[in-house]
Amino acid sequence: MSGFLSSSIARKVAMALSALFLIIFLLIHLTVNITSLFSENVFNELSHFMGTNFLVQFLMQPILIFGVVFHFVMGFVLELKNRGSRSVKYVKYNGAANASWMSRNMAISGGVILAFLVLHFIDFWFPEMNYKYIEFLPEDPTRYFAELQHKFTNPLRVGAYVIAFVLLALHLLHGFQSAFQSIGLNKYTKCVKTLGKIYAIAIPAGFIIIALFHYFNH
Amino acid sequence: MNLTLKIWRQKGPQDKGRMVEYKVTDISEHMSFLEMMDVLNESLVAKDEEPIAFDHDCREGICGMCSLQINGEAHGPDRGITTCQLHMRMFKDGDTIYIEPFRANAFPVIKDLVVDRMAFERIQQAGGYISVNTSGNTQDANSIPISKHNADLSMDAASCIGCGACVASCKNSSAMLFVAAKVSQFALLPQGKVEAKERVKNMVFQMDLEGFGNCTNTGACEIECPKGISIENIARLNREYLAATI
Repeated sequence: MSGFLSSSIARKVAMALSALFLIIFLLIHLTVNITSLFSENVFNELSHFMGTNFLVQFLMQPILIFGVVFHFVMGFVLELKNRGSRSVKYVKYNGAANASWMSRNMAISGGVILAFLVLHFIDFWFPEMNYKYIEFLPEDPTRYFAELQHKFTNPLRVGAYVIAFVLLALHLLHGFQSAFQSIGLNKYTKCVKTLGKIYAIAIPAGFIIIALFHYFNH
Repeated sequence: MNLTLKIWRQKGPQDKGRMVEYKVTDISEHMSFLEMMDVLNESLVAKDEEPIAFDHDCREGICGMCSLQINGEAHGPDRGITTCQLHMRMFKDGDTIYIEPFRANAFPVIKDLVVDRMAFERIQQAGGYISVNTSGNTQDANSIPISKHNADLSMDAASCIGCGACVASCKNSSAMLFVAAKVSQFALLPQGKVEAKERVKNMVFQMDLEGFGNCTNTGACEIECPKGISIENIARLNREYLAATI
């Protein structure tokens, strides 16, 4: 890593910007998914649009994948560097005395989210890519709701999703406000902290409700 | 009170080091932590054993010389103080206390509990100053108007004593709070703005060169800082750095 990203501050700013991008994406994702609770048709129409729109498929999707990969790779690189900066560990280290569990264990919550993403890609993204770009099957605008419901019939999968979203909430509880601090925006700290808490609980809770709703209503 | 102490002993920089257990008896709750260490050392000298090396100087909480990671916290369990201001009343009779040096690769152990904190000096030398023109025509600082708000924030940042508790507390051994304080104290004043860009770039470059970790905004540094330096200074450091480099 050279140039601008060789600086510790530039790296944390890059982490923060990719995080803010993913925060916006999560909001859009939840907005689309939550329609499945109220209307099969609306969910199908939105999913069909997202799945067939040229800009979404060939501009936003690659940017999103880059954002996800960058966030995980940079997070992993920083975690390794940070662990290496203290070769001799403390015999007794009371981290809980001065920092929250969430802030001290972003790598653990991030790792669980990464494992969830692998499962999520296997569940939805890979079959979708196979459907459209490998097998070139004819587009059926009404198939999305049934596919969604089918995935949430397995209690183990629903359980895994719920656990992952709880970890996502813990990740966001620190990550949201941390991203703003990293890009130097601390003027509205109180507002950002409150907004961050609401977002960190509401977004994962929304995804959990969707998974449970379809499990109990299939 | 009677206490069991588990203290890091290390003969020199190359020695591997280990925890050694000591017992101290009849310790007054009114003693400072360093006075308790003095009592222990006197007993070791009386037994013809090597006393434990630890840093200290003013013992008034202002010089930044004393350190020690006590029961897993920089400067011990109390808040807003240095180790010399920590009193034994914070502990109970029969307690076991772990005493270790501040740990970071950038703070190598010299002996026992003494670490080399020259990395901070080198960061300061990289830009933590204002190049004053001493030609005789230097403007009186009092004649430059500065808002009360900025003067107070600058003074708060300048109260950093460079003890290294921020590094010792941070799970990443980050020195960002120290550098943020040293950058902020000048960034908030008109006198500091002239060299602001070079200062922040050079100090951050030196900080990275010393091998400190990256800040992940846990806030541990702010909690453990004996002078209560706010992590708002870190946000200001980030802004100053971005403004200087982009």
